[in-house]
Amino acid sequence: MGVFEYQFMQHALLAGLLGGIACSLVGVFVVSMHLSFIGVCLSHAAFAGAIIAMFFGFNPVAGAFVFSLGAAAAIGPLADRGDFNPDASLGIMFSLMLGLSFMFLGLMEGPKTQALGLMWGSILTVTQEHLILLAVVAFLVLGTVSLLFKEVQAVIFNREIALAVGLPATWILYGLLILTGLTVTASLQPIGGLLIFSLILNPAAAAYQLTYSLRKLFILAGCFGVLSCWMGLALAYLFNLPSGATIVVFSTLIFLVCNLFSPKRRFKQLRETEGASINA
Amino acid sequence: MGVAITLRDVTVSYREDVALRRVSLEITEGEMVGIVGPNGAGKTTILTVVNGLGRLLHGEANVLGCRMQAGRRGRDFRLSNAARRMRVRIGFVPQGQNVDPRLPVNVREAVMIGRYGRIGPGRHPKREDWRLVDELIDLVGMTPLAERPFGHLSGGEQQRTAIARALAQEPQILLLDEPTASLDWRSRQEILELMHRIHRDRGLTTLLVSHDPRETFDLCNRVVLMRQGSVYAFGPPEQALSDANIQEVYGKSPLCCHGDGHDHRHERADGEEAGGNGRI
Repeated sequence: MGVFEYQFMQHALLAGLLGGIACSLVGVFVVSMHLSFIGVCLSHAAFAGAIIAMFFGFNPVAGAFVFSLGAAAAIGPLADRGDFNPDASLGIMFSLMLGLSFMFLGLMEGPKTQALGLMWGSILTVTQEHLILLAVVAFLVLGTVSLLFKEVQAVIFNREIALAVGLPATWILYGLLILTGLTVTASLQPIGGLLIFSLILNPAAAAYQLTYSLRKLFILAGCFGVLSCWMGLALAYLFNLPSGATIVVFSTLIFLVCNLFSPKRRFKQLRETEGASINA
Repeated sequence: MGVAITLRDVTVSYREDVALRRVSLEITEGEMVGIVGPNGAGKTTILTVVNGLGRLLHGEANVLGCRMQAGRRGRDFRLSNAARRMRVRIGFVPQGQNVDPRLPVNVREAVMIGRYGRIGPGRHPKREDWRLVDELIDLVGMTPLAERPFGHLSGGEQQRTAIARALAQEPQILLLDEPTASLDWRSRQEILELMHRIHRDRGLTTLLVSHDPRETFDLCNRVVLMRQGSVYAFGPPEQALSDANIQEVYGKSPLCCHGDGHDHRHERADGEEAGGNGRI
């Protein structure tokens, strides 16, 4: 296997490991707290930030960072307010971010390879700086999950109840949103702004089908995330496919398989047939 | 006996609607107080004020020594650390809610969440915490279902779990928000009996919100009768829930037409005139 001796491949595998772990663990928060649309918004904000920063000659990572944190700060109060549905405001934010991205993309002169690269991502050209950033973020996410496991569990269970038992649930929610923003920022280059969110959603949603234990959910999601990255990478290398897209398609396949064999599905069917027999 | 809860001239508003209007109440330690009134009378809002989660426009609340004063533009205490410490000592049983059946939390874990505020960040539940949790699960009669996913429980079972979780806080105040709403007759009786037993054995200061005045009649030391955000009457049940007051607030006697549609007029001694009407 001479291919593993190439530095770009080692970098890519490492990026897959770190990105896979960070994205899928953050995905567990997003999926189990039903914040999927909020996550999509954050990832598009990061993408817009990167493009705008690039246009003005700044570091795209810095732009993505600022924009995703800004979006997390704006979305936090919306997500925390239980009394109305924030769908419309989120939809407006989402389309604004996409609009800004394309506007600045259109304004750019000359070849737009780098900017378009942020959209599709390229795990095979990951630099050392990107790897360091990914490692820091993955470490932060892992640290949060292990140190604040019970707080995270309570917030996932029910935010109002987490508040009522005396946990700083609102701060924890903001912290998790910021962590999501950071993860999106760090994964922008390897996976791509338009694709990153499926890597956040799919492994966690797949794991969510399989277990009722939050601990196992985190472990399974992490495994699926890394597996998606590595298998996607291998398939992309073997068949000369775009890496980010292949990773996303593979993670969706994992989700479909898990959904097919989900014991929770059986439970649902059981309940439906029970309901039917009672009604009969 | 000291005073556990004081509300002085409290006004709360959600958006344009005023939910509470200049409400003043004083509740003694160890007292069980019922809060009744028609839909939208502000019953639940009183609980949110006590818990530091309501938005105070005017007045102040003093709960277990924690003073919460209204700000000029309305103020809640979701981010306040003093209110968080106060909430650790207040057990809260919210109204039954729709729960995701796939939620990765089982009954034991759901009850343990009540301990999390006390345990503090970065620390894990100890053996004594689990022992207390198991005792409470036994108290509410949920031992056979202790390992079951929370989302698979029936409404009554979820309420029992919620009561055990609130008690796991080892609270000084217990807030119960319509704990019997949407339950069948038998589960209602069981929950009422459980609350009666808990209050008798533990002597907790308890606020019980109910849509059914009959529920509070035998259970509570005093009753607050609410109408359109104001306190209409406050006193012993036979005064506050006098036929005249009930007639005035509900438009017709709930003892005859409320709840299950049966005629309960004769459940109380016929024609017995309660002394005074408790109007304030």
